[in-house]
Amino acid sequence: MRTVSAAETAPTTHPWAVDAEGLRVRAGRHLAVDGLDLTLGLGVHGLLGPNGAGKTTLMRALATVVKPAGGRLTLLGEPADGRADLRRVRRGIGYLPQQFGFYPRFTVREFVEYMAWLKEMPKAAVPGATQRAIDRVGLTAKADARMKTLSGGMLRRAGIAQAIVNDPALLLLDEPTVGLDPEQRLDFRELLRDIGVDSCVLVSTHLVEDVVAACTDVVLINEGRLVHHGTPDDLAAQGGAGDAGDSPAERGYSALLRRHRAAGAATPEAGR
Amino acid sequence: MTTHPSPAALARYADPLADLDEVTMWSVETHLEDCADCRARLSVGDDLLDRVAAAVEREIAAGPPPVRRRRWSAARNRWLVWQLMPWLVMTLAVLACAVLLQAVRPQLPSLVALLAPVAPLPGVAIAWSRRHDPAWELIAGTPAAGLALLLRRTAAVLAVVVPALGLAGSRTGVSLALALLPCLAFTAATIALGAVTGVRRAAAGLGVAWVLGVVLPAVLTMRQPVVLQPGTSGLWALLTLALAGLAATRAADFRRLSSHN
Repeated sequence: MRTVSAAETAPTTHPWAVDAEGLRVRAGRHLAVDGLDLTLGLGVHGLLGPNGAGKTTLMRALATVVKPAGGRLTLLGEPADGRADLRRVRRGIGYLPQQFGFYPRFTVREFVEYMAWLKEMPKAAVPGATQRAIDRVGLTAKADARMKTLSGGMLRRAGIAQAIVNDPALLLLDEPTVGLDPEQRLDFRELLRDIGVDSCVLVSTHLVEDVVAACTDVVLINEGRLVHHGTPDDLAAQGGAGDAGDSPAERGYSALLRRHRAAGAATPEAGR
Repeated sequence: MTTHPSPAALARYADPLADLDEVTMWSVETHLEDCADCRARLSVGDDLLDRVAAAVEREIAAGPPPVRRRRWSAARNRWLVWQLMPWLVMTLAVLACAVLLQAVRPQLPSLVALLAPVAPLPGVAIAWSRRHDPAWELIAGTPAAGLALLLRRTAAVLAVVVPALGLAGSRTGVSLALALLPCLAFTAATIALGAVTGVRRAAAGLGVAWVLGVVLPAVLTMRQPVVLQPGTSGLWALLTLALAGLAATRAADFRRLSSHN
C-alpha cells in the first residue's frame, strides 16, 4: 500500500507511450534499426525477433541510452531524439539492459536505493519504494545480501527491482526471463500483468511462450524493421500446419519470418 | 468540515450487523477521520480497540525488524572509492616522488608545478568511463546522468588531489596558485574537450600534450617553463574560468554515455 499522488492520477495528454516514426539507430557502424515505425500504448508488449534483429538496439534507443541516427522518437509525449532534454522523460522510464553490470559489493537494497537516487526520486520516498520493489520481485529475504553472492536468477530479479522502483510509465525489459526457473517465470508474468494495467511495458524475449502467456500485444521485428504488430491470437493465426514450431504461436512466428525473408530476397534493395 | 452525523447513523456505522448504505458509510468515515468528538461518541464493542492494538503490536513484534538507516551515504560512492583508489594512490605516490627528487636535486625545475596540471587527469578519466563503470548502461538511462554526475565524480577526485598538491607545493616552495590553478584549468579543459571526444581520450590527449610540450623540454633544459613563471597565475585563473564556462555550455553532450567514453 502507498499513497497515490495527484501527479500519478492526472490524465495523460499523449496518445502513445512510445511513438517512433522512421526510427534509425546505429549499433557501432551497422544500422541495427532501420526505418522502424512503432506505436505502443498501455499494456504488456512482447518484442520478438531472431538474433541480430535489432531488439537490444531498439531497447537502448527507447531507454534513451543511445541517440537515434535518424527518424522521430517521442516517449511519454516528449521528444527523445537529438539534443532534447531527457530529464523529464527519463524519470518515467524503467530499464533493464540485457547485460546489466552491477557493483558486486553493494547489497540488493543499496543497489536499488542507489538507482532510485539516480532516478531523482524524492529522498523521503526512496526507502519505501525500494522495499516495495524488492518485495514485488520476491527478493525480500535476500534484500541485505551482497550482489556478488546472488545467483543468476536473483540478479535478474534485482535488475527488475531497480527498473520498477520509480513506478515507471514506460518499462523496458531486455531478456528479463533469462536465468529464472519455471516458478519464478510464472510469478514474473503475474508481475508484468500487474504493471501493464497502468503503464506501457515492452519485454524483449526469445521465448514465444512467454509472449503468448503474458503479453497483450506482439511486436515482431527482423533486420531492424517491423514485421508484425498484433495480438498473440493474430500471431497464432498466421501459422499453417506446414510451418516449424510446436505451438500455434511458434508456427505463426516462423511463418511471418519466412514470409518477410522471402519478400526481402525478392526485392533486395528493400532489405537494405 | 461536514455536519456531524446523527447518533443513529453513528450507531449503525459501528454495528457490523446493521445495513448502512455506501454513501452514508463513506461520509461518516471521512467525518470521523477529522472529528475527535464524534470518534469519542462512537461506541464500538467492549474491547475492540484494545484487541486491535494488541494484535497490531504482536504482528510488529513477530515481523522483521525495521531496516536501520545509515547516517552517512558512503555506500553511494563506494564503487567510485574502490575504482579510484589505485589511481589516486598512484597520483599521490608520483607527487611524493617529485617532492623527494626536488629535495635531492634542488637545481631541477619545480617538478610539483610541472606535474600539477596532469595530476587529476587519470582520476577524472576513470570516473567517467564505461569500461570502468560496470553499471554504465543502467546509469546512462537515468535522469541524473549527465554533466552534474560527472562534476560530482570530478569533485571526489579533486578532493584528494588538491590537498595533496597544496601540501607538496608548500614543501617545495611552489606558490599555491601555480600548483592549483593549472590543475583546475586542465580539469575544466578535460571536461570541455570530453564533450566532443569522450572524457578518457580528452584526458589522455591533454596529458600527453602537456608532458611532451612542457614537462620534457623543462627537464631537458633544466629551466622553469615560461607558462609556469610566477607572473602567470592571473592568466591561469582566466583560462580556468573560460574553460569552466565552455564546459558548462556542453551539458547536452553528456546526457548519453556515448560510445567513445
